[in-house]
Amino acid sequence: MSAVAPAPAPNVGFRSRVADFSSRHRSLSVIIGMVIVATVLLIIVLLPPFNSFSGQAVWMDGFTIAGIFVLLALGLNIVVGMSGLLDLGYAAFFAIGAYTYAFAASSFTHIDVPFWPMILIGAGIAAIFGILLGAPTLRLRGDYLAIVTLGFGEIVPIAIENSSKYTEGPNGIGGISPPSILGTPFPTTGNPWPFYITMLLLIIVSMIVIYRLQDSRLGRAWAAIREDELAAAANGVNTIVTKLLAFALGASTAGLAGVFIAAKLQTVTPNLFRFDVSFTVLAMVVLGGMGNVWGVAVGAFVIFMIQSVFLKQLNLFFDNVQIPIISDINFLDYQFLLYGIALVAMMLLRPEGLFPSRRRSRELHSDEDQAFGELGDELGASPE
Amino acid sequence: MATTTVPETQPSFIDTFQRLRLGPYLFVLAVAIIDYFIIGPAQFVNGLTIGAIYALVAIGYTMVYGIIELINFAHGDVFMVGAFTSMYVLTNVLGQDGPIDEPAVLAVVLFVDFAVTMLLLGILGTAIERFAYRPLRHAPRLAPLITAIGVSFILQNVIQILFGPSPVNTPQLISPTAHVNVLGLEVGVVNIFTIVVAVSLMIALQLFVSRTRIGRAMRSTAMDRDAAQLMGVDINRTIAITFFIGSALAGAAGVVQGLYFGNIQFTLGFQAGLKAFTAAVLGGIGNITGAALGGFIIGFVEVTAGALGVFVWGQAAVFVVLILTLLFRPAGLLGQQLGERA
Repeated sequence: MSAVAPAPAPNVGFRSRVADFSSRHRSLSVIIGMVIVATVLLIIVLLPPFNSFSGQAVWMDGFTIAGIFVLLALGLNIVVGMSGLLDLGYAAFFAIGAYTYAFAASSFTHIDVPFWPMILIGAGIAAIFGILLGAPTLRLRGDYLAIVTLGFGEIVPIAIENSSKYTEGPNGIGGISPPSILGTPFPTTGNPWPFYITMLLLIIVSMIVIYRLQDSRLGRAWAAIREDELAAAANGVNTIVTKLLAFALGASTAGLAGVFIAAKLQTVTPNLFRFDVSFTVLAMVVLGGMGNVWGVAVGAFVIFMIQSVFLKQLNLFFDNVQIPIISDINFLDYQFLLYGIALVAMMLLRPEGLFPSRRRSRELHSDEDQAFGELGDELGASPE
Repeated sequence: MATTTVPETQPSFIDTFQRLRLGPYLFVLAVAIIDYFIIGPAQFVNGLTIGAIYALVAIGYTMVYGIIELINFAHGDVFMVGAFTSMYVLTNVLGQDGPIDEPAVLAVVLFVDFAVTMLLLGILGTAIERFAYRPLRHAPRLAPLITAIGVSFILQNVIQILFGPSPVNTPQLISPTAHVNVLGLEVGVVNIFTIVVAVSLMIALQLFVSRTRIGRAMRSTAMDRDAAQLMGVDINRTIAITFFIGSALAGAAGVVQGLYFGNIQFTLGFQAGLKAFTAAVLGGIGNITGAALGGFIIGFVEVTAGALGVFVWGQAAVFVVLILTLLFRPAGLLGQQLGERA
């Protein structure tokens, strides 16, 4: 590397100060950032045109559900974005988390374990399933993992649906207890604040943990495996354990989201966890920018909002204006067509996603020599 | 004792057996025979028929994987598009809506249907390769996998928009009630037709790959793309031809699927693709004969699950087969042991 990069200019502008602050105090900036986002969202929906769609409470409910998808995308990002393993059955772990809570706290089993420890238990059980599934397949080439997880994602809802004796089959388990604090259960209708705040806390904790993991020895091992598995193994990374950990941690995030959705909806049915959930979350991760925590979170939020609000509003809009052909189109039917086109276009034109992680985007444009140099600098300079 | 000579011994029976590599074939045969006694002759024929369809789809997976090491997730949906193309050709172009009794007419209609569907599907496959996979040939492995999923979404959604989300009836040109007596067993004509079509296409493919110039180009590209290029093989053309053949076979499978089951749905490709992929892995991915054997085994597994009254678990059984294969024989029945390549 003959061209030595010039010494970084002293941080002057506001932007660079923010960037500097956020790289020094990541956890703090995650907390501040998420609180700002959560507050701003609540203010935005009071402004036109959003206030005409629905009231603030309904919006908050929607944001809470969107938060579940943000959690899912954050978890899948560990597997797909950070470690480069393609998991196509991610919804299975989501289902496992949800049914774990449904078994532990519902009128169906007459057990009532509180919500808060179940978050960890649900995440743990999903992680165990992740390890059980990953152990036979992670030794093999990456593509096998994709297909096995695809099969697993198919099987779990089928298994739930067909073991009516234990899971109430397609009707699902109802009467799940909502979380409670000091003996007061969360209101299931009306006041959306408790669930909203809980979701916010879950996302903040997950993001902090994921950022810490990414900067840890394990996170660098994930990046190494993603970039070149053979080279990583040759440099002493235990590839199987590392991949299993990625898989288990990703699964546990889905389990967490599952416990939350069971508590939020008070009912779980196998149809909530079909493969379209897996693919939607994958689209969120890819479009948001694989490997970038904030990018993936934004991607998840944007896609969820597009499919749950924007397409519906588009339908309503064209129904009202009565343009002959377009009014007949139900835009929700085109959701997967749009995903498909977006996935293909994204891979061809901008494989690093809308909000790429810096390292990831350099990998994908590795033919640029300068990028190689920078990559070497960064890897060499990163403290142990 | 200046020179040591290897003692000439009669090759033992086990040596000969191992050299002939008959093990996998005997295994499949054993599975078939045992299954015959479990599920009875009628279901056995059914299993063979479904297996033949899976085998045709599995060949497409295995050929593409063999040549560019990509799991073509869109392949199951290509099969589904084949079924719909055939339905469209039969009903809207040829104006058929039911069984044809006249053998000559039947033969002509079937021939036109197969020819048109296979040609169109081959073009579709080549187009998918050209636009979704070729630009990413040197990209990280994850990239073409994701475009494959995208293509799969696009195909499913387009068919759903064109033909609606509910199952669509297809004309069953060969009357499902027509039977012939084979070795004292009543066998449906459509079953025999399906099996004969599938097996002859497989034999034709095997001959094509092993005997022709293009087939040799395909094998050499699969073995080492760079070296093949240095030897003057046009890589792009060879890969395009591979996609053409694989997709045309999936189209043929789609035609027989429609003829055999009489109704098709846009979600057909997803599950069939998963099963056919399992068949390809079971047979040894990259190996055409293996894919055919795997297809028949998967057919047996599914039909057996149905015959034992646990049809809903058939999908799960196929998946268990996949996991067991990956655990105990990741190279598949006929595959070479591949090292792990990231």
